[in-house]
Amino acid sequence: MLPLHLAHYTQVSCVGDGLAPFRDALQRGSGSLAPCRFHGTELPTWIGAVAGLDDSPLPAAFAAYDCRNNRLARRGLAADGFDAAVRAAIGRHGPRRVGVILGTSTSGILETETAFRQRGADGALPAAFRYAGAHNTYSLAAFVRAWFSLEGPAAVVSTACSSSAKVFAAAARMIHAGLIDACVVGGADSLCLTTLHGFASLELTAPEPCRPYDAGRQGISIGEAAAFALLERPAATTSGVLLLGCGESSDAYHMSSPHPDGLGARLAMEAALADAGLAADAIDYINLHGTATVNNDAAEGCAVGTLFGHGVPCSSTKGLTGHTLGAAGALEAVACALAIADGFLPGSANTRHPDPALPLDYLLASRSATVRRAMSNSFGFGGSNCSLVFGSAA
Amino acid sequence: MSPPTTLTAWIDGIGLIAPGLPDWATAIDVLAGRAPFASAPSVLPAPALLPAAERRRASRVVRVALATGLAAVDHAGADARRLPAILAASTADGHNCVALCETLASDDPRVSPTRFHNSLHNTPAGYWGIATGAMAASQSLCAYDGSFSAGLLEALVEAASTGQATLLIAYDAEYPAPLFAARPIPDAAGIALVLSPAPTPASRARISVTPGDAAATVLADPALEQLRGAIPALRGLPLLHALTTGHAGRVQLEYLAPLSLAVDVAPC
Repeated sequence: MLPLHLAHYTQVSCVGDGLAPFRDALQRGSGSLAPCRFHGTELPTWIGAVAGLDDSPLPAAFAAYDCRNNRLARRGLAADGFDAAVRAAIGRHGPRRVGVILGTSTSGILETETAFRQRGADGALPAAFRYAGAHNTYSLAAFVRAWFSLEGPAAVVSTACSSSAKVFAAAARMIHAGLIDACVVGGADSLCLTTLHGFASLELTAPEPCRPYDAGRQGISIGEAAAFALLERPAATTSGVLLLGCGESSDAYHMSSPHPDGLGARLAMEAALADAGLAADAIDYINLHGTATVNNDAAEGCAVGTLFGHGVPCSSTKGLTGHTLGAAGALEAVACALAIADGFLPGSANTRHPDPALPLDYLLASRSATVRRAMSNSFGFGGSNCSLVFGSAA
Repeated sequence: MSPPTTLTAWIDGIGLIAPGLPDWATAIDVLAGRAPFASAPSVLPAPALLPAAERRRASRVVRVALATGLAAVDHAGADARRLPAILAASTADGHNCVALCETLASDDPRVSPTRFHNSLHNTPAGYWGIATGAMAASQSLCAYDGSFSAGLLEALVEAASTGQATLLIAYDAEYPAPLFAARPIPDAAGIALVLSPAPTPASRARISVTPGDAAATVLADPALEQLRGAIPALRGLPLLHALTTGHAGRVQLEYLAPLSLAVDVAPC
């Protein structure tokens, strides 16, 4: 595909608001996971919660969209001048020509979970319950489109943990088809009881801060995040970071387990390389999906080893932020952009003994390095796989 | 500012399940006004391609998505394994959602693993892959009441960018109480289209889609118009109606206000 410019990008996660605390966490290898005490739910696992969401409702004009997920999205829009960058792009292109394609898995379901605890004697939900602006999967893109008074194409991609990686591919297709000139992409996924109890029921939550690719890994730490990028066609003088290629595939295997050999993962990585017109040896860093479950890391590690050999530096950054599910693809795209822009390879927080069964060049500590091209992997339940390739514009 | 872009594709296959419209063959005469519309609950066949355990447990959204998708693929004479599949829906499985929320609100909030993975918006896409063996890219979109048009745009863009036929499956199903009061979708329904970027021997019509601001086309039959407004996936019914007239025409499909999609339909 023709490259697209990440004209602006930012994130909010448990490590803080904006690129500065994320860069610092990536370089120091220290995250902000804590024991799970979410809204009175105590589970024997660790989570990456964003502080201050409970007491910061949306402005009154956006009350119809008020929920934890859209509060988190608003924090993301406010970080690093992202809001102003989008408004400048709307000024250049017009409100019909800027799209909104965002990823989430659970949207504002926390509002519904809470409403079910407040049902009346007749079983009805409280009168204040709002479905469209909170519960519905589209509410995230509806809120962001309303926030910017946009009138162009919009959608939410909801493919579990690949959601906000696939938005880059969908936006790139739409820009190249000529429907839009710029697109707000990214994702927001917030903590809720559905995912905390759901992953616990699958026995996939670790009783400790998650240790991706560690021989003794015990599962995931669930996190929450909002991460955004503004995609535009590059100008001849563009510097910074480009989206070079996207690859998507389906496992067609199982709803909640990856193909054991990572076949779908390999197809997505191969498709992303082909889309970017690159050979495997052109990749300087791979941000692995690396959830720290036994099966995911084994399947992905197998696929990466088959395609890249064992010489490409790689790591999962989920030890810092937790697995932010539908926001993970965009959050880790931002991690790749920082690695390219600032010249470093992020290490894997919490990992102590890389799994010897997965012989990769797995980074335990961060170090300075020139990163010209980076790949980010995102794989979700339902067998939904997406790999993205980013590169330096210079 | 750039002028609006028009995207063109050829419809090679059509699948439909809606209340009173059990399949596309039946619907042709009803939509064309040659046969009366008789309202009846949607009939959702069990997905024969799934393994027995999954077939029995398949939810209504999974059934309607798989049945309409397979009908469109059969109609086109295509191979499901080779088609990228774009799934678009305004909801996930509403029955599962209510059961999950009831459990989470109870004194014992432990949920079952199956309940959890069936809560995903992309559960039907996952089962589509498992049923057909398709390892091609699939997509799961939501745009609330504009989900049909969001899926149509994505499928057209996918077909244009890959140069390959692409499958659109737009579907929805109902929520039970108490969520039904907040989102009163009355029944399950689905529309599936195989969209080819170039004409093929199977092509039935050419469509050209342009974003604009015209009001959505209203169906003349009040009962069909009621369905169009009640089930988000059936916002695509005016396009299917245009396919039954036998001549060229233009319809407007609801998308995301103020944006709508103008669809020029020309029979092959």
